Amino acid sequence: MLTKDQIAQRIAKEVKNGQYINLGIGIPTLVANYIPDNLEVVLQSENGLLGIGPFPTEDQIDPDLINAGKQTVTMAKGSALFNSAESFAMIRGGHVHLTILGAMEVSENGDIANWKIPGKMVKGMGGAMDLVASADNIIVAMQHCSRSGESKLLTECSLPITGIRCVKKIVTDLAVLEISDQGGFVLKERAPGVSVEEIQSKTAGKLIIEGDIPEMIFE
Amino acid sequence: MINKTVKNAREAVADIPSNCMLMMGGFGLTGIPENCISALLERDITGLTIVSNNAGVDDFGIGLLLKKRMVKKMISSYVGENAEFERQLLSGELEVDLIPQGTLAERVRAGGAGIPAFYTPAGVGTEVAEGKESREFYGKMYLLESWLKADFSIIKAWKGDTAGNLIFKGTARNFNPMMAAAGKICIAEVEELVEAGELNPNEIHTPGIYVQRIFQGKDYEKRIEQRTVSK
Repeated sequence: MLTKDQIAQRIAKEVKNGQYINLGIGIPTLVANYIPDNLEVVLQSENGLLGIGPFPTEDQIDPDLINAGKQTVTMAKGSALFNSAESFAMIRGGHVHLTILGAMEVSENGDIANWKIPGKMVKGMGGAMDLVASADNIIVAMQHCSRSGESKLLTECSLPITGIRCVKKIVTDLAVLEISDQGGFVLKERAPGVSVEEIQSKTAGKLIIEGDIPEMIFE
Repeated sequence: MINKTVKNAREAVADIPSNCMLMMGGFGLTGIPENCISALLERDITGLTIVSNNAGVDDFGIGLLLKKRMVKKMISSYVGENAEFERQLLSGELEVDLIPQGTLAERVRAGGAGIPAFYTPAGVGTEVAEGKESREFYGKMYLLESWLKADFSIIKAWKGDTAGNLIFKGTARNFNPMMAAAGKICIAEVEELVEAGELNPNEIHTPGIYVQRIFQGKDYEKRIEQRTVSK
């Protein structure tokens, strides 16, 4: 099984040179730590920053400079600042190439649920609905099963959804999967030491297995 | 130049009545109008509807207005991190309208720009779409969303001049510029107020036409929600 950092490390391999990328809160934020130095990418924060830099040192902290998770950040070289309407114009306009975010559930046709649990206090969707409705490439980072052991990869989402038919790829602690255009989770890679049978038993939606499924390799 | 200057926060918010619609700038606690929030707390008004991306925290920002039961309804995208908010919501004292963040920003922008409605893909197929007109353009579905306007918009900038021109700093810009235009009366508090002519016109983010009242604030706390440092 992969740790959260290993999930992030595996997702970082999907990043391509020249991309503008929006990273959600949680595991997606960790992806920034694993993007190879030889790639030139720009991280977008939907509260109005292109070019998120590392977290500040104590003497660099600026309360007027935060990311969408309200954490203090710095600006990378060549950054730009803008208002929230402009920020979402970038997102809806298709200028952000890749969105990486967490999820509570994903369905086999690419629907995602990640904002609301009935019976619990609703905190709001923030920018998630805008992001999933707009990005061309959406990768979900999540655990394969919930804490109570229920599969999070379903035929249909049981929770209120955030967006329809939008997820392209999922990286969990057990596997890398792609959403088939015809519906279904196409198994692409296994976590080291995890069997196809285990992934099958923990995937409630339709799992498509074609040929030998390679193990992920971590340097 | 038309002089927009008022003496202080107390004077700026003196005529805000009960039961009106307010917009308040800020994302989290960054770029919030701290001085005007303090001045509003001294007013004996209730029943406010507040458009703001977030609702502050228990003891700072809009959280203070909630605690004093001045707010009837919040229109926001994310309202976590506030126990008093949760209590009032569950007890039915407070209404909340949750809106996708980009839709919220664009509805405010549209209000200030005279565009009554627009189509957006955010929320298609979700409960946000319930009761809304949807329509297909170029093979993709979109929802019809309407503008938002307010009786007063209360915003915070870094620098301003007596003509109401504003410059923001860092990510404290966020919703402030659109809200300036979407309020019938826009109150801007700034960290540094200078005479008209002293700011470089090339560097103005929000032109003074949108601002009706401006003053230099004081004692900014600029509280940090998630102090995160490099190891």
